Amino acid sequence: MADRITDIWGTRTPFAGGDEWPTRVDFALEARLTEDDIDHWVQSACVLCSNGCGCDIAVKDGLMVGIRGRSADRINKGRLGPKGLFASWQGVAHKDRLTRPLIREGGHLVETDWDTAMSRVVARSKELLASKGPLSHGFYTSGQLFLEEYYALAVIGKAGIGTPHMDGNTRLCTATAASALKETFGADGQPGAYEDIDACDAIFLYGHNMPETQTVLWSRILDRLAGPTPPKLVCVDPRNTEAARYATVHLAVRPGTNLALMHALIREVLKNGWHDPQYVTEHAIGFDELQEAVQEWTPEAAAEICGVKADDIREAAWIFGTSSTVLSTVLQGFYQSSQATASSCQVNNLHLLRGMLGRPGAGLLQMNGQPTAQNNRECGADGDLPGFRNWGNQGHIEELASLWNVDPGVIPHWAPPTHAMQIFRYAEQGSIDFLWVSATNPAVSMPELPRIRKILSKPDLFLVVQDLYLTETAQLADVVLPAAAWGEKTGTFTNASRVVHLSDKTVEPPGDARADLDIFLDYSRRMEFSTLDGRPLLTWDGPESAFEAWKDCSRGRPCDYTGLSYAKLRGGSGIPWPCNEENPDGVTRLYTDGNFPSAPDYCESYGHDLLTGAAVEPESYRAQKPDGRAWLKTAPYHPPHEEPDDDYPFRYTTGRTAFHFHTRTKTARSRTLNDAAPRMWVEISVEDAQDLGISEGDIVRVSSRRGVIEAPARVSGVRPGTIFAPFHYGYWDASGGGTPELAWRVTAPTAMANSTRRRQTS
Amino acid sequence: MNLHIYLGLLHQGEQTLAKSFRQVSEGHGSEPDVHFLCQSLAQQCDHHEKLLLPIVQQYGQDSSADEPERLHAEGLSKTRSGPVGLLRDLQDLYLLASLVDVTWTMLEQAGQALRDRNLLAVVEHCQKETKVQRRWLQTRMKQAAPQALIVAS
Repeated sequence: MADRITDIWGTRTPFAGGDEWPTRVDFALEARLTEDDIDHWVQSACVLCSNGCGCDIAVKDGLMVGIRGRSADRINKGRLGPKGLFASWQGVAHKDRLTRPLIREGGHLVETDWDTAMSRVVARSKELLASKGPLSHGFYTSGQLFLEEYYALAVIGKAGIGTPHMDGNTRLCTATAASALKETFGADGQPGAYEDIDACDAIFLYGHNMPETQTVLWSRILDRLAGPTPPKLVCVDPRNTEAARYATVHLAVRPGTNLALMHALIREVLKNGWHDPQYVTEHAIGFDELQEAVQEWTPEAAAEICGVKADDIREAAWIFGTSSTVLSTVLQGFYQSSQATASSCQVNNLHLLRGMLGRPGAGLLQMNGQPTAQNNRECGADGDLPGFRNWGNQGHIEELASLWNVDPGVIPHWAPPTHAMQIFRYAEQGSIDFLWVSATNPAVSMPELPRIRKILSKPDLFLVVQDLYLTETAQLADVVLPAAAWGEKTGTFTNASRVVHLSDKTVEPPGDARADLDIFLDYSRRMEFSTLDGRPLLTWDGPESAFEAWKDCSRGRPCDYTGLSYAKLRGGSGIPWPCNEENPDGVTRLYTDGNFPSAPDYCESYGHDLLTGAAVEPESYRAQKPDGRAWLKTAPYHPPHEEPDDDYPFRYTTGRTAFHFHTRTKTARSRTLNDAAPRMWVEISVEDAQDLGISEGDIVRVSSRRGVIEAPARVSGVRPGTIFAPFHYGYWDASGGGTPELAWRVTAPTAMANSTRRRQTS
Repeated sequence: MNLHIYLGLLHQGEQTLAKSFRQVSEGHGSEPDVHFLCQSLAQQCDHHEKLLLPIVQQYGQDSSADEPERLHAEGLSKTRSGPVGLLRDLQDLYLLASLVDVTWTMLEQAGQALRDRNLLAVVEHCQKETKVQRRWLQTRMKQAAPQALIVAS
């Protein structure tokens, strides 16, 4: 097998459009072990990016000692990326793991037992519920738990306590994917599938640096590109990324100008008559408004704003408009930029205009960044209701109340669920006094870090942190709960292609660490949350009974799991939802018939104005009779709120590297990966580096009105006027939100100065 | 013809609303979503004012003369503080936006009777945005009210 640190994507297995992607099995074992030494293999899927590659974990003498891609799995056909190979089992089995609960005594965290720790949590929780009520409680979770754990958390928060203050770091990550899908189609749910790569004639990557973010998915594209019928590739990214090197057209737009580009692409498609008027009439609403909104956006007008060539915009539009099948994928370059939802909706609109949905190769992937972000959205541990139900729809609230046998009035549905930044704002103002953080590290990952750290350190905020390690956030906690990691617990999760995988328990967690599900269930028991007839609210005894309960909750909704079971998920490949009686093997692509989940009684959301986030009133939604048609929604382009000026002449943008995930809590503990990318860097264009007298490796200082970073410079192919930094090493800029789509801003103008002339030596 | 009275009202109303959005943008900048959004909405009001100009030039405007003072809403001269303060300030903005909204409606009625297409086009564009401003304010207030009224200190 190739050295997968220098050769991230591995050996090519070329294939032609319409053929099946060939199998290539990747594996990594502890040094000196061969496959013959392994006692047994346990089925799982990788959790180190959103791709969701099926894998088997190697066990020897009760320890995880390796990993192998599952050749039968539709997602990866045996492949694994560098993170899967080198940070899955290795990042988990580390000496830094938490093994005992901790409580704060005299200002210090000290080890204790579960009963003491949980009693303290429950005492404070009960005291606050009695004195201030449910609005004093907030829960901030992750995109990395299992489905069963999110569902437990959702039921606890929404039916046990009754607080609207639940969100996940997914809000700062790929919540835009969910928003864009809800605004356009009426409910969340990935229209396309990874299999669309196998069949398409053109691929559009919108702000999606796939070679770094989903290395195995990129291998699939590389194999098409190396085959006899390579698809055309269009790449929208300010950096000269690996993907851009293969692009037929590379649109290196100025950060913050995506919507102007999208308006121009839509206009070109319409002007040249490349759309399908019949499909649009039958399956979409809002054509006239869309046409009017893009009217002024000639290729020249957008070229001026975006800093790209008008002819490149024309060529990209021509590729979109004339290829017989197009796959689009969207990620952070759109989701974390200004006007995120509106820009992502325009990608949906392009597909609607051509009826480019629901057939092999005609696909749309609003991607996720984290392995289980999809489940957080489905189960409602974030700002959604379980089963993609609509908080504005009283009927949906009653469905949940009857499912859980609780008073519908307990379920918070009087206003939109509280988003992450607002939860921290309430904690800052002292109206949230109890915050439970699970599987995420806001003290490193949130915007406006000094402010967030100050909030988390507040003496009157009772902070519970549930994690694998004593993270920066855990160090500020009142109670720290040691959680079991991947491989140490059983559960299911769903990737960005809607494919559900089961991950079986392989080894025991270290010390007293417990599965997140067990911790939530223990809390629910101790809090004595109960149903209307006085029975315990949560009676599940483990992950499988939680999964069975979730199946009931998902019944009849877009994310229908009723046809799945643990037994069905063992062996073979992961299975895409909806999976039910009508579709026992799941559904590869949604919307094959152009029928969308937009009917007023069925939809997940009545939608919003894309400029302000103002909610559409139910009556007004109903009056437009969407009934299965999708919404062609957009908003006028407006420039980023802060444009570069003389003091801060650069635009700043961030991204991921193939070697790291999140705040590196796992990946930095893998020696192989940490050696490959041990520290932060900033990228600057050749031209700007020359102007400022900066050479490769110089330590430079980058500052905005909100913060400063210092790191060695890489003189790279980023577009002039733009500074790039990888985001795993701690955030420093980005005002909290400020855009209605709740994405943070990464286009803050930055000043760059060569602060020290010291050469980096190591 | 008394149209100039309403043009004066509207002109002043949009100005007051813009100023008040800016006031809230500054005063409640610590709220995650308020600062930049209120700036954008203030810019919308500026733009409405600009679009009104040719109409004003055509029909004139009266911003003081015979108009009783009490019909002019005062803008927000300063913002309040704290969660309830935010709610009250948003509610004031809502009242100002509602006044502007209904004034646009009166102008539309006059425009219909005058068959003035230019006037009607301006109303259609601007009032749509004013209505969204009101809707956003309502969305935001509904979200803030329970926390401000029940648990905030």
